[in-house]
Amino acid sequence: MKHWSIGDFLNQREGILLATIFVLFAVIVLRAPEYLGEQNIDNLLTSWGFLAILAIGQLAVLLTGGIDLSQASVLAFTGMFLAILSHGMPGLPAIVFVSLGLLMGAGLGLVNGIAVAFIGIPAIITTLGTMTIIRGLVYVLSNGAWISSHEMSDKFKSFGAGETVGFPNVFLAGLVCCGLVWLCLQYTRPGRDIYAFGSNLAAARNAGINLKRVQVLVFVVSGGVAGLCGYLWTARFAIAYTQAAEGREFAIIAACVIGGVSIAGGRGTVAGAALGALFIAVLETSLPFLRINAFAQLAVVGAVILVAIAANARAERKPGRQILAPRDRAPASTGVPNR
Amino acid sequence: MIARIPIGPWELALVVFLACVIVLNSFLSPYFLDFYNLIDSTFSFSEKALIALPMALLIIAREIDVSVASIVALAAVLMGVAADLGANTPTLVCLGLATGTLAGLVNGTIVSLLGVHSIVVTIGTLSLYRGIVALIAGDEAFTGFPADFAWFGQHYLGNYVPVEFVIYIIATVAFGIVLHMTTFGRKVYALGTNPEAAVYSGVSHTRYRLVLFALTGLMCGLAAVLLTSRLGSVRLNVATGWELQVITMVVLGGVSIAGGTGSIFGVTLAVFLIGLLTFGLSLVNVPGIVMNIYIGLMLISAIALPRLFDFVSNRLTADK
Repeated sequence: MKHWSIGDFLNQREGILLATIFVLFAVIVLRAPEYLGEQNIDNLLTSWGFLAILAIGQLAVLLTGGIDLSQASVLAFTGMFLAILSHGMPGLPAIVFVSLGLLMGAGLGLVNGIAVAFIGIPAIITTLGTMTIIRGLVYVLSNGAWISSHEMSDKFKSFGAGETVGFPNVFLAGLVCCGLVWLCLQYTRPGRDIYAFGSNLAAARNAGINLKRVQVLVFVVSGGVAGLCGYLWTARFAIAYTQAAEGREFAIIAACVIGGVSIAGGRGTVAGAALGALFIAVLETSLPFLRINAFAQLAVVGAVILVAIAANARAERKPGRQILAPRDRAPASTGVPNR
Repeated sequence: MIARIPIGPWELALVVFLACVIVLNSFLSPYFLDFYNLIDSTFSFSEKALIALPMALLIIAREIDVSVASIVALAAVLMGVAADLGANTPTLVCLGLATGTLAGLVNGTIVSLLGVHSIVVTIGTLSLYRGIVALIAGDEAFTGFPADFAWFGQHYLGNYVPVEFVIYIIATVAFGIVLHMTTFGRKVYALGTNPEAAVYSGVSHTRYRLVLFALTGLMCGLAAVLLTSRLGSVRLNVATGWELQVITMVVLGGVSIAGGTGSIFGVTLAVFLIGLLTFGLSLVNVPGIVMNIYIGLMLISAIALPRLFDFVSNRLTADK
């Protein structure tokens, strides 16, 4: 049986991060109680939803030692396509857009996955290429025009911008995605394969894991969630344009890194990525309330990312493999191998 | 000493690509093969290509710097502030170069101190530097540059060749010599091929990292001088997206992202390939963002084609 204590919990990255977020939140609320306003909490939950959905897709790719820079472009492309579709066919229900978004994103992710796994182009180069190509295709698709609120059907906008039992749908979608991906990573064979791939490639190959399938799978997941976000983003903000979410790639990766996901692969949890996303979401939504100059926000976010990286640095260093746990400590209490 | 310029299959493929681009473009537009047009088209890539040189060294040594565009912006905005305060041209140039070098040193120091992969660190400094730019510049534009400052970005040597282009060529030769003909260059390759072996052979990883990042910063500072001099005005969003274009130049030039291989000659070919392709497409009125599609396709196909070829030929021999 595992023994849990507060000390154990705080020893984990997720515990420390959660505590930090609590402190940050408390400081913000003390300084600016109006931060707790209903409108703003909605904003916070929504921006967490977007970041978390994208970050857990990125997590899957990072776990295999890859990286997906094309997520923001996939988001813009599916968003634009679906917005145009809703203009042409106003009768379509929201479920069609959600499924189409997921499918299109997964399809684009499949292209990345095939290029990485079967042609052998490094992930950073593949996705750097598809990032610019897909962004260009958004322009080709829209001819550079904006699709604004009045051109989208009501059914299209109502789900993405809507609320269910008082919570924004985007937030709920984030929770559902986190839950599903967590279940898959923790309890299914493909999920365990992903961890095995990133932590010890040779061992994974010897264990008979189909490495190419794992690589394709993570890019399909990452693209799929980006496609879903494409619909949600466009519907929530009721605008589709070529530059949508441009530059968010770095915030997504930052959320993962803050959450303790290793760029080198093999280490990271859904909880970590979700908390990393929460950290950035709290930070970004709170700065206006703290009367921090809008132009200073980027600098603050950058500085915080660096501090978080420094805090994680000990674990991020190339470790000597520890085969046996020290006797005076209980076995690692997380499900993550090779921590 | 004989300079051994490494010309591999990659460089040959790039030469073929380059020839195709030139032939295609000259068919597409009668204005392509015009000396004045061609030499003027170098304005569109000289500054980015300057940063591609140290970036090639970094990537060969298994590091990367994605904060370069933010460093350019930081140096440019500080020069803008100084110019508004009445600084003269030499001061501005020194300030730009110093700012770049310092920002690069900060990157190198953090990477060395933390021992974290440089992509993670420079994603952080990318936001930090751009954030400082935003803090300083706000929504203002700085335009108070002295008249003689325009020399770097707007002047032609002998009435034909832009100063920017001359600077780029000199820098290319210098980097080529440093990488391919000095022990420094050999050690950069050594660090990229096998860091442990290099360190045990007495290469100081920390010192080389610091030097390479500082060098990247310095070239960003130089690019910032040329850019501000050419535009005559600086704003918050100056040089956005450059990091990816610079990395595209380097990778297309045959520098392996896994480190250890690549040459300045390859990078130079890639620079001209991208430069001439964009120029040709702009002559036939293709919008910039659509050009990016072609560049992205070229990046992926340039890497995919040899691998596909290997794959197919392996399959064929395996069947026999």
